[in-house]
Amino acid sequence: MAASLARLPTAAPSPRRSRRAGDRLWSVGLVAAGGAILLVAGLVILVLGRAAAPAFHALGVGRFLAGQDWDPVSGAFGALPFIYGTLVTSAVAILVALPVAVGLSLFLAEMGPPRLRPPVAFAIETLASIPSVIYGLWGLFVLVPWVRTTVEPLLGRLLGWLPLFTGPRIGLGYLSAGLILAVMILPTIAAVTQEVLRSIPPALKEGALALGATRWEMIRIAVLPTARAGILGATLLGLGRALGETMAVTMVIGNAPEIHASLFAAGYSLPAVIANEFAEATSPLHLSALAALALVLLGVTLVLNSAARVLVLLTSRRLGEAS
Amino acid sequence: MRLRRRLADLAMTGLCALAVGVALVPLASLLWLVVSRGLPGLTPAFLLGRPAPVGDPGGGVGNGIVGTFLMVGLASLLAVPIGVGAGIFLAEEGDGPLGRAIRFVAEVLACVPSIVLGIVAYAVVVIPMGHFSAIAGAVAMALLMVPPLARATEEFVRLVPGTLREASLALGVPAWRTSLRVVVRTALGGITTAMLLAVARAAGETAPLLFTSLNNQYWNLRPDLPTASLTVQIFNFAISPYESWHAQAWSGALALLLLVGVLNLLARFAARDRLGGGSR
Repeated sequence: MAASLARLPTAAPSPRRSRRAGDRLWSVGLVAAGGAILLVAGLVILVLGRAAAPAFHALGVGRFLAGQDWDPVSGAFGALPFIYGTLVTSAVAILVALPVAVGLSLFLAEMGPPRLRPPVAFAIETLASIPSVIYGLWGLFVLVPWVRTTVEPLLGRLLGWLPLFTGPRIGLGYLSAGLILAVMILPTIAAVTQEVLRSIPPALKEGALALGATRWEMIRIAVLPTARAGILGATLLGLGRALGETMAVTMVIGNAPEIHASLFAAGYSLPAVIANEFAEATSPLHLSALAALALVLLGVTLVLNSAARVLVLLTSRRLGEAS
Repeated sequence: MRLRRRLADLAMTGLCALAVGVALVPLASLLWLVVSRGLPGLTPAFLLGRPAPVGDPGGGVGNGIVGTFLMVGLASLLAVPIGVGAGIFLAEEGDGPLGRAIRFVAEVLACVPSIVLGIVAYAVVVIPMGHFSAIAGAVAMALLMVPPLARATEEFVRLVPGTLREASLALGVPAWRTSLRVVVRTALGGITTAMLLAVARAAGETAPLLFTSLNNQYWNLRPDLPTASLTVQIFNFAISPYESWHAQAWSGALALLLLVGVLNLLARFAARDRLGGGSR
């Protein structure tokens, strides 16, 4: 701090007018930079809307969204297989990642030795910083074989009476995509959950403990109910990430524009089909249909993220008032 | 009764500890495999060469690494002034309705899937130019860098104590010079961190590049031509049916992981050594 003070610019005897001009210029520059963000957001919506419009016009919004056939060669463009695949894989990801993330956060925040926190936090941050194409590579050569030889036979034996776990076991499919998404969204959910847990007033927890609760009872009575909305928000943020995740899913989902009840089957997702077909799409309608898929994806993520943010905000505001 | 409660407590603690283990297994597996499978092929020839046809010995990702640097550099030129400027604006004057709107939009924009931003770059750059290019890839990267950059810059600038600014103003330094040379300079470590994190994220991005910068088998430094990138090369190697290309995918992944890891470490380091870094 002393160093930065010593480097204070000496006040030049600048005439007042140039000082005002400098202030104004600086201020205009900053506003322009901030305004550029609004401009970019407007551009995203405008560009996608215009690119998607021909497809919606030619195919009809309802028929496009509910159509089950996707065959660019014959001009059939139905978005349902991709919407379905995106939802199913994201659901699997949340079901797997949420309990792990909450358990991990509780252990770090309430149960485990404080010594453990920095290294685990570092590891989770590392998990978040790994590029998605590397997850895809690992998924393709490690996760998929493991799912094919271990997870799918096991699930088939235990829960094979459910339509979810039937059919040929190829490894590539909804299940593998969901599992890799689970790994990828875990850091997001864990980080936000820990933030929520930290914002819980200690008085609540102390109250429970003073009444004779064990640590788990304290968590059940005082922590989880208070943090519920915040954890829901964390889940929605994770979901938002899962929906838009492209490379890792593209590499393990099997890329078949079909709808199957079984998680073992190969499917497709919104981002995956854009990644695979956009560069090679030749007909204007094909390009436009892909842009329309992107618009659907954008709409869903925007709604989800806004909801998540409101939830997290409400929790912390309520807790702020309580403490 | 007491024993049952105790046991429940113990069981739940055990389950939560298990969750920590479960979360760490994929990380350990991934890091181990990338290192063990990637290291044998990570030779100077691999890092400096360009892709060879299947069956030919050798081949590398040198042109992809150059392409990634080229595009990240161009993207930074676009994104840093806007992102950092917007961040300073949010911190210094961002309490009004305009500031709130920009902050909200930046947060929403940060969650837009990168592939969607790729389509925007395609429509804005590739279509007018008529072909794929490094500049289109850079625009896609820049779109993805700006929002986190703005938010992180705001946070670091806000950490600068108000007294420092007041001292400067009291000495008669104009407001803009105070902002630039006192506030921003004090937060420079944090802003550097924000930039490095944004660069690390952009360097690891694949999806929007598939249809903006496409790929290139050759060396390229021209921003108006299709350009290889490390990530797209890894992707192409990985989904190919050839064993030798799979090995190259792992080596490329190790190179990318090292690049991103170094950037992340530098980012931590930059934040630590100046005022404003203590918050982590």
